[in-house]
Amino acid sequence: MTDSSKVIEILKQIGEQIQMEKDFLTELDNVIGDGDHGINMARGFKEVEKKLADLSGKDIGSILKTVGMSLVSTVGGASGPLYGTAFMRAGVAVGAKTEIDGSDFIAALEAAIGGIEMRGKAHEGEKTMLDALIPALNAIKKSYAENNDFKAALAQGVEAAEKGVEYTKTIIATKGRASYLGERSLGHQDPGATSACLMLKVIDRML
Amino acid sequence: MVGIIIVSHSQKLAEGVAELAKMMAADAPVVPAGGLDDGTFGTSFEKISTAIDSVYTDDGVVILMDMGSAVMTAEMVIENMPERKIRMLDCPLVEGAVVAAVGSSANQSLEEIAESVQDAASEKKL
Repeated sequence: MTDSSKVIEILKQIGEQIQMEKDFLTELDNVIGDGDHGINMARGFKEVEKKLADLSGKDIGSILKTVGMSLVSTVGGASGPLYGTAFMRAGVAVGAKTEIDGSDFIAALEAAIGGIEMRGKAHEGEKTMLDALIPALNAIKKSYAENNDFKAALAQGVEAAEKGVEYTKTIIATKGRASYLGERSLGHQDPGATSACLMLKVIDRML
Repeated sequence: MVGIIIVSHSQKLAEGVAELAKMMAADAPVVPAGGLDDGTFGTSFEKISTAIDSVYTDDGVVILMDMGSAVMTAEMVIENMPERKIRMLDCPLVEGAVVAAVGSSANQSLEEIAESVQDAASEKKL
């Protein structure tokens, strides 16, 4: 499906996309959080980009772990330890492979989600990035098991993630800064779910 | 003496809490780790790690934090130092810091400090 150099390309592209959507993500976070999601993610991925140059030729596990550590060190907000843990766990799941297939990707995404649940003590339905990622994983798994076509499965995953982002508008936040707003968080989409969906879209576009 | 690290999204808040704690226990090793390196809001893995390094002894270190990423980032720092004796304490930041500082300056052990901070956390102001 994909190899180390492609993974690096995808990560670069995710960084560029985050940069482009920085103001939008911050705007979303202004309404229900502390208004720094876009700025924080952009700062984190700028650091990731610097590290990527030295990672060519490395195995995919090492690449993902380095990305995770960079995010933890530079993001500054909750998305730092959350995405940081997610990428590190994904890296551990992939291990020393330099080429991965659909089932490796699924295992990595599953590990990433487990990391976010553990670090954030969070579950689906709390208006977080999990509300995009868990439906995406489920859709990808189901489709991949049925058709053995990863590209098609990923497209299903992106669709499920987009629906998940929409779903976050209909629920009250019970985790993170937005939880202090109670019902006032209703009607607004979650910035974390939005950035998670954005990453899946980039992966889908690049594969 | 047990080191005390104050983690907050705000550099000023962390410094203020450390200052207040030291009013009661001037010699307690209380170190603020608030905000990002450039002073803006956020919690910094590096700042917390450096703060721990600056006061760490075999007596150990306790971390008191505000919310959200302060908790998660502190957790990751501790996971990165598995050989060290470090404990996060769940308490109101100001009260906990004062109690911990007084305990540390009285040469209490990490366990004793954790216990008195826990008691302080359950006390009502009104």
